[in-house]
Amino acid sequence: MYTEKVMDHFTNPRNVGEIENADGIGEVGNMKCGDIMRIYLKVNEDDIIEDIKFRTFGCGAAIATSSAITEMVKGKTIAEAWEISNIQVAEELGGLPPSKMHCSNLAADALKNALRDLEEKRAAQKTE
Amino acid sequence: MRKVYLDNAATTRMHEEVFAAMKPYLLEHYGNPSSIHSFGRQARKAVEDAREQVAAALGAEPREIVFTSGATEANNLAIRGIARAQKNKGNHLITSAVEHHAVLDTCKALAKEGFTVTVVPVDEYGMVDPAAVEAAITDQTILVSIMLANNEVGTINPIAEIGEICRKHNLIFHSDAVQAIGNIPVNVDNLKVDLLSLSAHKFYGPKGIGALYVRKGTKLDVFNFGGVQERKLRPGTENVPAIVGLGKAIELATSDLEAEAAKLRVLRDKLIKGLLAIEATKLNGHPEKRLPGNVNVSIQYIEGESLLLSLDLKGVAASSGSACTSGSLDPSHVLMAMGLDHQTAHGSLRLTLGRDNTEEDVDYVLEVLPEIVERLRAMSPIYTGNEIKRS
Repeated sequence: MYTEKVMDHFTNPRNVGEIENADGIGEVGNMKCGDIMRIYLKVNEDDIIEDIKFRTFGCGAAIATSSAITEMVKGKTIAEAWEISNIQVAEELGGLPPSKMHCSNLAADALKNALRDLEEKRAAQKTE
Repeated sequence: MRKVYLDNAATTRMHEEVFAAMKPYLLEHYGNPSSIHSFGRQARKAVEDAREQVAAALGAEPREIVFTSGATEANNLAIRGIARAQKNKGNHLITSAVEHHAVLDTCKALAKEGFTVTVVPVDEYGMVDPAAVEAAITDQTILVSIMLANNEVGTINPIAEIGEICRKHNLIFHSDAVQAIGNIPVNVDNLKVDLLSLSAHKFYGPKGIGALYVRKGTKLDVFNFGGVQERKLRPGTENVPAIVGLGKAIELATSDLEAEAAKLRVLRDKLIKGLLAIEATKLNGHPEKRLPGNVNVSIQYIEGESLLLSLDLKGVAASSGSACTSGSLDPSHVLMAMGLDHQTAHGSLRLTLGRDNTEEDVDYVLEVLPEIVERLRAMSPIYTGNEIKRS
Protein backbone atom coordinates (compact mmCIF):
# COMPACT_ATOMS: atom_id res chain seq x y z
CA MET A 1 0.00 0.00 0.00
CA TYR A 2 2.93 2.38 0.65
CA THR A 3 5.78 2.97 -1.81
CA GLU A 4 9.35 1.96 -0.98
CA LYS A 5 10.22 5.62 -0.48
CA VAL A 6 7.45 6.06 2.07
CA MET A 7 8.62 2.99 3.95
CA ASP A 8 12.22 4.22 3.80
CA HIS A 9 11.27 7.57 5.36
CA PHE A 10 9.03 5.82 7.90
CA THR A 11 11.75 3.38 8.93
CA ASN A 12 14.62 5.88 8.86
CA PRO A 13 13.05 9.28 9.32
CA ARG A 14 15.37 12.21 8.62
CA ASN A 15 15.73 15.17 10.95
CA VAL A 16 13.60 14.00 13.86
CA GLY A 17 13.69 16.14 16.96
CA GLU A 18 13.63 19.81 17.82
CA ILE A 19 15.84 22.87 17.36
CA GLU A 20 16.62 24.86 20.46
CA ASN A 21 15.84 28.55 20.00
CA ALA A 22 14.26 27.82 16.64
CA ASP A 23 13.57 30.80 14.37
CA GLY A 24 10.18 29.39 13.45
CA ILE A 25 7.91 26.65 14.80
CA GLY A 26 4.80 25.45 12.98
CA GLU A 27 2.19 22.90 13.89
CA VAL A 28 -0.75 21.42 12.00
CA GLY A 29 -3.40 18.75 12.53
CA ASN A 30 -5.53 17.70 15.45
CA MET A 31 -6.11 14.68 17.63
CA LYS A 32 -9.57 14.06 16.19
CA CYS A 33 -8.20 12.91 12.84
CA GLY A 34 -5.09 11.48 14.44
CA ASP A 35 -2.30 13.48 12.81
CA ILE A 36 -0.22 16.20 14.47
CA MET A 37 2.94 17.54 12.80
CA ARG A 38 5.38 20.08 14.17
CA ILE A 39 8.28 21.65 12.27
CA TYR A 40 11.22 23.64 13.66
CA LEU A 41 13.30 25.97 11.44
CA LYS A 42 16.72 27.60 11.74
CA VAL A 43 17.39 30.30 9.13
CA ASN A 44 20.66 32.23 8.49
CA GLU A 45 21.22 35.91 7.52
CA ASP A 46 20.93 35.05 3.81
CA ASP A 47 17.39 33.66 4.36
CA ILE A 48 18.60 30.10 3.79
CA ILE A 49 17.07 27.30 5.85
CA GLU A 50 20.13 25.89 7.59
CA ASP A 51 18.37 23.35 9.74
CA ILE A 52 14.90 21.83 9.99
CA LYS A 53 13.53 19.22 12.37
CA PHE A 54 10.14 17.61 12.95
CA ARG A 55 8.06 15.70 15.42
CA THR A 56 4.92 13.87 14.23
CA PHE A 57 2.11 11.88 15.81
CA GLY A 58 0.37 9.95 13.07
CA CYS A 59 0.30 7.16 10.56
CA GLY A 60 3.09 6.01 8.24
CA ALA A 61 2.17 8.62 5.63
CA ALA A 62 2.20 11.42 8.21
CA ILE A 63 5.67 10.46 9.43
CA ALA A 64 7.06 9.90 5.90
CA THR A 65 5.77 13.24 4.54
CA SER A 66 7.20 15.07 7.55
CA SER A 67 10.57 13.42 7.03
CA ALA A 68 10.53 14.01 3.27
CA ILE A 69 9.78 17.72 3.52
CA THR A 70 12.75 18.27 5.83
CA GLU A 71 15.03 16.92 3.08
CA MET A 72 13.28 18.99 0.42
CA VAL A 73 13.64 22.21 2.40
CA LYS A 74 17.13 22.03 3.88
CA GLY A 75 19.43 24.50 2.10
CA LYS A 76 16.55 26.23 0.29
CA THR A 77 15.67 29.90 0.68
CA ILE A 78 12.59 31.05 2.58
CA ALA A 79 10.98 32.10 -0.72
CA GLU A 80 11.59 28.65 -2.21
CA ALA A 81 10.22 26.94 0.92
CA TRP A 82 6.95 28.90 0.63
CA GLU A 83 6.44 27.34 -2.81
CA ILE A 84 6.42 23.71 -1.63
CA SER A 85 2.98 22.10 -1.74
CA ASN A 86 1.54 18.98 -0.13
CA ILE A 87 1.17 17.44 -3.59
CA GLN A 88 4.90 17.94 -4.29
CA VAL A 89 5.73 16.16 -1.03
CA ALA A 90 3.53 13.24 -2.01
CA GLU A 91 5.19 13.15 -5.46
CA GLU A 92 8.61 13.17 -3.83
CA LEU A 93 7.56 9.96 -2.06
CA GLY A 94 6.38 8.30 -5.28
CA GLY A 95 2.75 8.92 -4.37
CA LEU A 96 0.50 8.14 -1.42
CA PRO A 97 -2.60 5.93 -1.19
CA PRO A 98 -5.65 8.04 -2.23
CA SER A 99 -7.15 7.85 1.27
CA LYS A 100 -4.00 9.46 2.68
CA MET A 101 -3.83 12.41 0.28
CA HIS A 102 -6.12 14.59 2.40
CA CYS A 103 -5.81 13.40 5.97
CA SER A 104 -2.12 12.73 6.39
CA ASN A 105 -0.47 14.84 3.68
CA LEU A 106 -0.08 18.02 5.73
CA ALA A 107 3.67 18.54 5.99
CA ALA A 108 3.67 21.57 3.66
CA ASP A 109 0.98 23.16 5.84
CA ALA A 110 3.15 22.62 8.94
CA LEU A 111 6.10 24.16 7.08
CA LYS A 112 4.00 27.18 6.06
CA ASN A 113 2.94 27.66 9.68
CA ALA A 114 6.61 27.57 10.71
CA LEU A 115 7.48 30.13 7.99
CA ARG A 116 4.62 32.36 9.17
CA ASP A 117 5.90 32.07 12.75
CA LEU A 118 9.36 33.05 11.51
CA GLU A 119 8.02 36.15 9.74
CA GLU A 120 5.99 37.19 12.75
CA LYS A 121 9.04 36.87 14.99
CA ARG A 122 11.11 38.95 12.57
CA ALA A 123 8.40 41.62 12.38
CA ALA A 124 8.23 41.71 16.17
CA GLN A 125 12.02 42.12 16.38
CA LYS A 126 11.95 45.05 13.93
CA THR A 127 9.39 46.95 15.99
CA GLU A 128 11.39 46.45 19.19
CA MET B 1 12.73 -13.22 10.37
CA ARG B 2 10.28 -14.65 12.84
CA LYS B 3 6.65 -14.38 11.69
CA VAL B 4 4.00 -14.06 14.37
CA TYR B 5 0.35 -13.97 13.34
CA LEU B 6 -1.73 -12.22 16.01
CA ASP B 7 -4.77 -11.24 13.96
CA ASN B 8 -6.95 -14.29 14.49
CA ALA B 9 -10.05 -12.14 15.00
CA ALA B 10 -9.62 -10.97 11.39
CA THR B 11 -9.22 -14.48 10.05
CA THR B 12 -7.55 -17.78 10.95
CA ARG B 13 -5.32 -20.30 9.23
CA MET B 14 -7.34 -23.24 8.00
CA HIS B 15 -7.10 -26.40 10.08
CA GLU B 16 -5.31 -29.21 8.16
CA GLU B 17 -8.22 -31.57 8.80
CA VAL B 18 -10.66 -29.02 7.38
CA PHE B 19 -8.61 -28.78 4.21
CA ALA B 20 -8.43 -32.58 3.98
CA ALA B 21 -12.22 -32.81 4.35
CA MET B 22 -12.80 -30.21 1.63
CA LYS B 23 -10.33 -31.45 -0.96
CA PRO B 24 -12.38 -34.35 -2.37
CA TYR B 25 -15.32 -31.98 -2.88
CA LEU B 26 -13.16 -29.68 -4.99
CA LEU B 27 -11.62 -32.37 -7.18
CA GLU B 28 -13.68 -35.56 -7.19
CA HIS B 29 -17.18 -35.11 -5.82
CA TYR B 30 -18.11 -32.09 -7.86
CA GLY B 31 -21.77 -32.81 -8.41
CA ASN B 32 -24.54 -30.27 -7.94
CA PRO B 33 -26.53 -31.18 -4.81
CA SER B 34 -29.75 -30.52 -6.72
CA SER B 35 -28.94 -33.19 -9.34
CA ILE B 36 -30.64 -36.54 -9.13
CA HIS B 37 -27.68 -38.71 -10.24
CA SER B 38 -25.01 -40.27 -8.05
CA PHE B 39 -22.71 -37.21 -8.34
CA GLY B 40 -25.51 -34.97 -7.13
CA ARG B 41 -26.60 -37.35 -4.38
CA GLN B 42 -23.06 -37.51 -3.01
CA ALA B 43 -22.87 -33.70 -2.88
CA ARG B 44 -26.32 -33.49 -1.27
CA LYS B 45 -25.25 -35.93 1.44
CA ALA B 46 -22.13 -33.86 2.14
CA VAL B 47 -24.21 -30.68 2.51
CA GLU B 48 -26.71 -32.33 4.83
CA ASP B 49 -23.96 -33.95 6.92
CA ALA B 50 -22.36 -30.53 7.38
CA ARG B 51 -25.74 -29.08 8.35
CA GLU B 52 -25.96 -31.73 11.07
CA GLN B 53 -22.45 -30.86 12.28
CA VAL B 54 -23.34 -27.15 12.55
CA ALA B 55 -26.66 -27.92 14.25
CA ALA B 56 -24.99 -30.27 16.74
CA ALA B 57 -22.38 -27.66 17.64
CA LEU B 58 -25.09 -25.07 18.40
CA GLY B 59 -27.64 -27.35 20.06
CA ALA B 60 -30.00 -26.75 17.15
CA GLU B 61 -31.88 -28.89 14.64
CA PRO B 62 -30.39 -29.34 11.16
CA ARG B 63 -33.39 -27.71 9.45
CA GLU B 64 -32.75 -24.56 11.51
CA ILE B 65 -29.40 -24.00 9.76
CA VAL B 66 -29.22 -21.87 6.60
CA PHE B 67 -25.86 -21.72 4.81
CA THR B 68 -24.81 -18.27 3.62
CA SER B 69 -21.71 -16.72 2.08
CA GLY B 70 -20.58 -15.60 5.52
CA ALA B 71 -21.69 -13.66 8.55
CA THR B 72 -22.29 -10.42 6.66
CA GLU B 73 -24.90 -12.12 4.53
CA ALA B 74 -26.29 -13.96 7.58
CA ASN B 75 -26.67 -10.67 9.47
CA ASN B 76 -28.35 -9.03 6.47
CA LEU B 77 -30.70 -11.96 6.02
CA ALA B 78 -31.62 -12.04 9.70
CA ILE B 79 -32.23 -8.33 10.22
CA ARG B 80 -33.76 -7.39 6.89
CA GLY B 81 -35.61 -10.68 6.74
CA ILE B 82 -37.27 -10.16 10.13
CA ALA B 83 -37.87 -6.43 9.71
CA ARG B 84 -39.74 -6.92 6.46
CA ALA B 85 -41.59 -10.04 7.59
CA GLN B 86 -42.76 -8.32 10.78
CA LYS B 87 -43.44 -4.84 9.45
CA ASN B 88 -47.16 -5.17 10.06
CA LYS B 89 -46.45 -5.70 13.76
CA GLY B 90 -44.15 -2.73 14.22
CA ASN B 91 -41.28 -0.73 12.82
CA HIS B 92 -38.80 -0.49 15.69
CA LEU B 93 -35.44 -2.28 15.91
CA ILE B 94 -32.96 -2.33 18.79
CA THR B 95 -29.23 -2.89 18.42
CA SER B 96 -26.05 -1.77 20.19
CA ALA B 97 -23.35 0.81 19.52
CA VAL B 98 -20.57 -1.77 19.25
CA GLU B 99 -22.05 -4.08 16.60
CA HIS B 100 -20.17 -5.04 13.48
CA HIS B 101 -20.97 -2.83 10.48
CA ALA B 102 -22.81 -5.75 8.89
CA VAL B 103 -25.45 -5.18 11.59
CA LEU B 104 -25.18 -1.40 12.03
CA ASP B 105 -25.25 -0.61 8.32
CA THR B 106 -28.14 -3.01 7.72
CA CYS B 107 -30.09 -1.20 10.44
CA LYS B 108 -29.16 2.15 8.88
CA ALA B 109 -30.42 0.95 5.49
CA LEU B 110 -33.70 -0.11 7.11
CA ALA B 111 -33.98 3.31 8.79
CA LYS B 112 -34.07 4.76 5.27
CA GLU B 113 -36.98 2.45 4.48
CA GLY B 114 -38.96 3.89 7.39
CA PHE B 115 -37.94 1.68 10.30
CA THR B 116 -36.79 3.37 13.50
CA VAL B 117 -33.65 2.09 15.20
CA THR B 118 -32.54 2.47 18.80
CA VAL B 119 -28.80 2.00 19.26
CA VAL B 120 -28.26 1.23 22.94
CA PRO B 121 -24.99 2.51 24.42
CA VAL B 122 -22.35 0.37 26.14
CA ASP B 123 -20.35 0.78 29.33
CA GLU B 124 -16.62 1.57 29.54
CA TYR B 125 -15.84 -2.09 28.78
CA GLY B 126 -18.00 -2.19 25.66
CA MET B 127 -20.71 -4.24 27.37
CA VAL B 128 -24.44 -3.93 26.71
CA ASP B 129 -26.66 -3.55 29.77
CA PRO B 130 -29.76 -5.82 29.49
CA ALA B 131 -31.73 -3.17 31.41
CA ALA B 132 -30.87 -0.62 28.69
CA VAL B 133 -32.24 -3.01 26.06
CA GLU B 134 -35.45 -3.52 28.07
CA ALA B 135 -35.83 0.24 28.55
CA ALA B 136 -35.59 0.76 24.78
CA ILE B 137 -38.49 -1.59 24.00
CA THR B 138 -41.65 0.08 22.70
CA ASP B 139 -44.96 -1.34 21.49
CA GLN B 140 -43.49 -1.03 17.97
CA THR B 141 -40.38 -3.13 18.65
CA ILE B 142 -40.05 -6.23 16.48
CA LEU B 143 -36.38 -7.24 16.67
CA VAL B 144 -33.38 -6.99 18.99
CA SER B 145 -29.90 -7.67 17.59
CA ILE B 146 -26.96 -7.74 20.03
CA MET B 147 -23.59 -9.39 19.37
CA LEU B 148 -22.39 -12.22 21.59
CA ALA B 149 -18.74 -11.15 21.77
CA ASN B 150 -17.12 -8.04 20.37
CA ASN B 151 -14.57 -8.39 17.58
CA GLU B 152 -12.39 -5.47 18.65
CA VAL B 153 -12.21 -5.59 22.43
CA GLY B 154 -13.40 -9.15 23.05
CA THR B 155 -16.05 -8.22 25.60
CA ILE B 156 -18.70 -10.93 26.07
CA ASN B 157 -22.28 -9.66 26.38
CA PRO B 158 -24.93 -11.10 28.74
CA ILE B 159 -26.84 -12.58 25.81
CA ALA B 160 -28.91 -15.09 27.83
CA GLU B 161 -30.23 -12.25 30.00
CA ILE B 162 -31.12 -10.17 26.95
CA GLY B 163 -32.71 -13.27 25.39
CA GLU B 164 -34.86 -13.71 28.49
CA ILE B 165 -36.04 -10.09 28.22
CA CYS B 166 -36.89 -10.56 24.54
CA ARG B 167 -38.93 -13.67 25.32
CA LYS B 168 -40.78 -11.83 28.09
CA HIS B 169 -41.73 -9.12 25.58
CA ASN B 170 -42.37 -11.60 22.77
CA LEU B 171 -39.63 -10.12 20.56
CA ILE B 172 -37.40 -11.85 18.05
CA PHE B 173 -33.76 -11.89 19.17
CA HIS B 174 -30.74 -12.11 16.85
CA SER B 175 -27.11 -12.39 17.92
CA ASP B 176 -23.98 -12.05 15.81
CA ALA B 177 -21.84 -14.84 17.27
CA VAL B 178 -18.98 -14.61 14.77
CA GLN B 179 -16.22 -14.14 17.33
CA ALA B 180 -17.66 -16.55 19.87
CA ILE B 181 -17.76 -19.88 18.04
CA GLY B 182 -14.87 -22.09 19.13
CA ASN B 183 -13.88 -19.63 21.86
CA ILE B 184 -16.80 -19.81 24.29
CA PRO B 185 -19.76 -22.24 24.46
CA VAL B 186 -22.57 -21.26 22.09
CA ASN B 187 -25.91 -23.01 22.60
CA VAL B 188 -28.96 -21.41 21.00
CA ASP B 189 -31.32 -22.58 23.74
CA ASN B 190 -29.10 -21.49 26.63
CA LEU B 191 -28.60 -18.12 24.94
CA LYS B 192 -32.34 -17.84 24.16
CA VAL B 193 -31.71 -16.55 20.65
CA ASP B 194 -34.02 -16.92 17.65
CA LEU B 195 -31.36 -16.12 15.07
CA LEU B 196 -27.59 -16.44 15.25
CA SER B 197 -24.87 -15.64 12.68
CA LEU B 198 -21.52 -17.35 12.26
CA SER B 199 -18.62 -17.46 9.81
CA ALA B 200 -16.28 -20.40 9.19
CA HIS B 201 -13.03 -18.52 8.62
CA LYS B 202 -13.07 -17.19 12.17
CA PHE B 203 -12.65 -20.74 13.51
CA TYR B 204 -10.09 -22.30 11.18
CA GLY B 205 -12.54 -22.98 8.35
CA PRO B 206 -12.67 -21.60 4.80
CA LYS B 207 -13.58 -18.03 3.84
CA GLY B 208 -16.79 -17.28 1.98
CA ILE B 209 -19.04 -19.56 4.00
CA GLY B 210 -21.18 -18.96 7.05
CA ALA B 211 -24.54 -19.83 8.44
CA LEU B 212 -27.61 -18.34 9.99
CA TYR B 213 -29.43 -20.27 12.69
CA VAL B 214 -33.18 -19.64 12.33
CA ARG B 215 -35.32 -20.96 15.18
CA LYS B 216 -38.17 -23.17 14.00
CA GLY B 217 -41.26 -21.05 13.30
CA THR B 218 -39.32 -17.81 12.73
CA LYS B 219 -40.47 -16.34 9.41
CA LEU B 220 -38.01 -14.39 7.28
CA ASP B 221 -38.79 -12.29 4.25
CA VAL B 222 -36.57 -13.18 1.30
CA PHE B 223 -34.85 -10.79 -1.07
CA ASN B 224 -32.85 -13.15 -3.29
CA PHE B 225 -34.72 -15.21 -5.83
CA GLY B 226 -33.89 -17.97 -8.24
CA GLY B 227 -33.94 -21.38 -6.63
CA VAL B 228 -35.23 -23.59 -3.84
CA GLN B 229 -31.89 -24.06 -2.08
CA GLU B 230 -31.72 -23.38 1.67
CA ARG B 231 -35.52 -23.36 1.89
CA LYS B 232 -35.54 -20.48 -0.63
CA LEU B 233 -33.92 -18.24 1.98
CA ARG B 234 -30.61 -18.38 0.15
CA PRO B 235 -31.16 -19.56 -3.41
CA GLY B 236 -28.25 -20.55 -5.62
CA THR B 237 -26.12 -23.67 -5.99
CA GLU B 238 -24.55 -24.56 -2.66
CA ASN B 239 -20.81 -24.02 -2.18
CA VAL B 240 -20.32 -27.68 -1.37
CA PRO B 241 -16.57 -27.75 -0.53
CA ALA B 242 -16.92 -24.68 1.71
CA ILE B 243 -20.00 -26.10 3.43
CA VAL B 244 -18.09 -29.34 4.09
CA GLY B 245 -15.25 -27.21 5.48
CA LEU B 246 -17.61 -25.27 7.73
CA GLY B 247 -19.06 -28.50 9.10
CA LYS B 248 -15.66 -29.96 9.85
CA ALA B 249 -14.33 -26.70 11.29
CA ILE B 250 -17.21 -26.19 13.72
CA GLU B 251 -16.98 -29.81 14.84
CA LEU B 252 -13.26 -29.44 15.57
CA ALA B 253 -13.57 -26.00 17.15
CA THR B 254 -16.29 -27.02 19.57
CA SER B 255 -15.02 -30.50 20.46
CA ASP B 256 -11.91 -29.32 22.33
CA LEU B 257 -13.13 -25.83 23.16
CA GLU B 258 -12.37 -25.85 26.89
CA ALA B 259 -8.77 -27.04 26.54
CA GLU B 260 -8.02 -24.59 23.71
CA ALA B 261 -9.66 -21.68 25.51
CA ALA B 262 -7.68 -22.43 28.68
CA LYS B 263 -4.43 -22.43 26.68
CA LEU B 264 -5.33 -19.14 24.99
CA ARG B 265 -6.26 -17.49 28.30
CA VAL B 266 -2.79 -18.20 29.70
CA LEU B 267 -1.12 -16.64 26.65
CA ARG B 268 -3.59 -13.74 26.63
CA ASP B 269 -3.01 -12.89 30.27
CA LYS B 270 0.76 -13.04 29.89
CA LEU B 271 0.57 -10.75 26.87
CA ILE B 272 -1.74 -8.27 28.64
CA LYS B 273 0.50 -8.21 31.72
CA GLY B 274 3.58 -7.58 29.58
CA LEU B 275 1.94 -4.82 27.55
CA LEU B 276 0.58 -3.03 30.61
CA ALA B 277 4.12 -2.98 32.02
CA ILE B 278 4.93 -0.43 29.30
CA GLU B 279 4.45 3.12 30.61
CA ALA B 280 1.16 4.87 29.78
CA THR B 281 -0.82 1.93 28.43
CA LYS B 282 -4.35 0.77 29.23
CA LEU B 283 -6.41 -2.34 28.61
CA ASN B 284 -9.50 -1.90 26.40
CA GLY B 285 -12.45 -4.20 27.01
CA HIS B 286 -13.56 -6.17 30.01
CA PRO B 287 -10.76 -7.57 32.22
CA GLU B 288 -12.54 -10.92 32.80
CA LYS B 289 -15.60 -11.22 30.57
CA ARG B 290 -13.52 -11.25 27.40
CA LEU B 291 -12.72 -13.74 24.66
CA PRO B 292 -9.83 -16.07 25.54
CA GLY B 293 -7.71 -14.91 22.60
CA ASN B 294 -8.38 -11.15 22.65
CA VAL B 295 -5.85 -8.54 23.74
CA ASN B 296 -6.61 -4.86 23.11
CA VAL B 297 -4.50 -2.12 24.65
CA SER B 298 -4.06 1.58 24.00
CA ILE B 299 -0.53 2.91 23.91
CA GLN B 300 -0.61 6.63 24.65
CA TYR B 301 1.19 9.27 22.55
CA ILE B 302 1.50 7.10 19.41
CA GLU B 303 -0.80 6.29 16.53
CA GLY B 304 -2.01 2.81 15.69
CA GLU B 305 -1.08 2.55 12.03
CA SER B 306 2.55 3.50 12.60
CA LEU B 307 2.57 0.92 15.37
CA LEU B 308 1.20 -1.75 13.02
CA LEU B 309 3.72 -0.87 10.27
CA SER B 310 6.55 -1.10 12.78
CA LEU B 311 5.32 -4.44 14.12
CA ASP B 312 4.91 -5.73 10.57
CA LEU B 313 8.55 -4.87 9.87
CA LYS B 314 9.36 -7.17 12.80
CA GLY B 315 7.12 -9.92 11.40
CA VAL B 316 4.22 -9.36 13.80
CA ALA B 317 0.71 -9.16 12.29
CA ALA B 318 -1.69 -7.12 14.43
CA SER B 319 -4.60 -4.72 14.07
CA SER B 320 -5.73 -1.32 15.40
CA GLY B 321 -8.82 0.82 15.81
CA SER B 322 -7.09 4.01 14.67
CA ALA B 323 -8.73 6.12 11.96
CA CYS B 324 -6.09 5.10 9.40
CA THR B 325 -6.93 1.45 9.87
CA SER B 326 -10.70 1.79 10.27
CA GLY B 327 -11.00 2.93 6.65
CA SER B 328 -12.59 6.23 7.62
CA LEU B 329 -11.54 9.54 9.12
CA ASP B 330 -12.71 8.49 12.57
CA PRO B 331 -11.26 5.95 14.94
CA SER B 332 -13.15 2.72 15.72
CA HIS B 333 -16.83 3.21 16.58
CA VAL B 334 -16.44 0.54 19.26
CA LEU B 335 -13.68 2.37 21.14
CA MET B 336 -15.51 5.69 20.80
CA ALA B 337 -18.75 4.12 22.11
CA MET B 338 -16.76 2.97 25.15
CA GLY B 339 -15.96 6.61 25.86
CA LEU B 340 -12.27 6.60 24.91
CA ASP B 341 -10.80 9.95 23.91
CA HIS B 342 -9.45 10.31 20.38
CA GLN B 343 -5.81 9.90 21.32
CA THR B 344 -6.46 6.68 23.25
CA ALA B 345 -8.57 5.29 20.40
CA HIS B 346 -5.95 6.19 17.77
CA GLY B 347 -3.32 4.42 19.86
CA SER B 348 -5.19 1.13 20.17
CA LEU B 349 -3.50 -2.16 19.36
CA ARG B 350 -5.39 -5.43 18.97
CA LEU B 351 -3.53 -8.73 19.20
CA THR B 352 -5.74 -11.79 18.80
CA LEU B 353 -4.34 -15.20 19.61
CA GLY B 354 -5.22 -18.48 17.92
CA ARG B 355 -4.46 -22.18 18.02
CA ASP B 356 -1.08 -21.85 16.32
CA ASN B 357 0.31 -19.27 18.75
CA THR B 358 2.89 -20.25 21.34
CA GLU B 359 4.40 -18.70 24.43
CA GLU B 360 7.45 -17.87 22.28
CA ASP B 361 5.20 -15.71 20.09
CA VAL B 362 4.05 -13.76 23.14
CA ASP B 363 7.64 -13.39 24.38
CA TYR B 364 8.74 -12.17 20.95
CA VAL B 365 6.07 -9.44 20.84
CA LEU B 366 6.95 -8.32 24.35
CA GLU B 367 10.59 -8.21 23.28
CA VAL B 368 10.15 -6.10 20.13
CA LEU B 369 7.30 -3.81 21.17
CA PRO B 370 8.98 -1.63 23.84
CA GLU B 371 11.66 -0.53 21.34
CA ILE B 372 9.01 0.37 18.76
CA VAL B 373 7.01 2.33 21.32
CA GLU B 374 10.13 4.18 22.45
CA ARG B 375 11.04 5.09 18.85
CA LEU B 376 7.57 6.37 17.96
CA ARG B 377 7.23 8.28 21.22
CA ALA B 378 10.55 10.01 20.65
CA MET B 379 9.05 11.20 17.35
CA SER B 380 5.73 12.25 18.90
CA PRO B 381 5.06 15.95 19.51
CA ILE B 382 2.59 15.12 22.27
CA TYR B 383 4.84 12.85 24.33
CA THR B 384 5.91 14.18 27.72
CA GLY B 385 9.01 16.33 27.33
CA ASN B 386 8.40 16.92 23.63
CA GLU B 387 6.18 19.96 24.09
CA ILE B 388 7.09 23.23 22.37
CA LYS B 389 9.75 25.10 24.34
CA ARG B 390 9.92 28.77 23.38
CA SER B 391 12.87 30.90 24.33
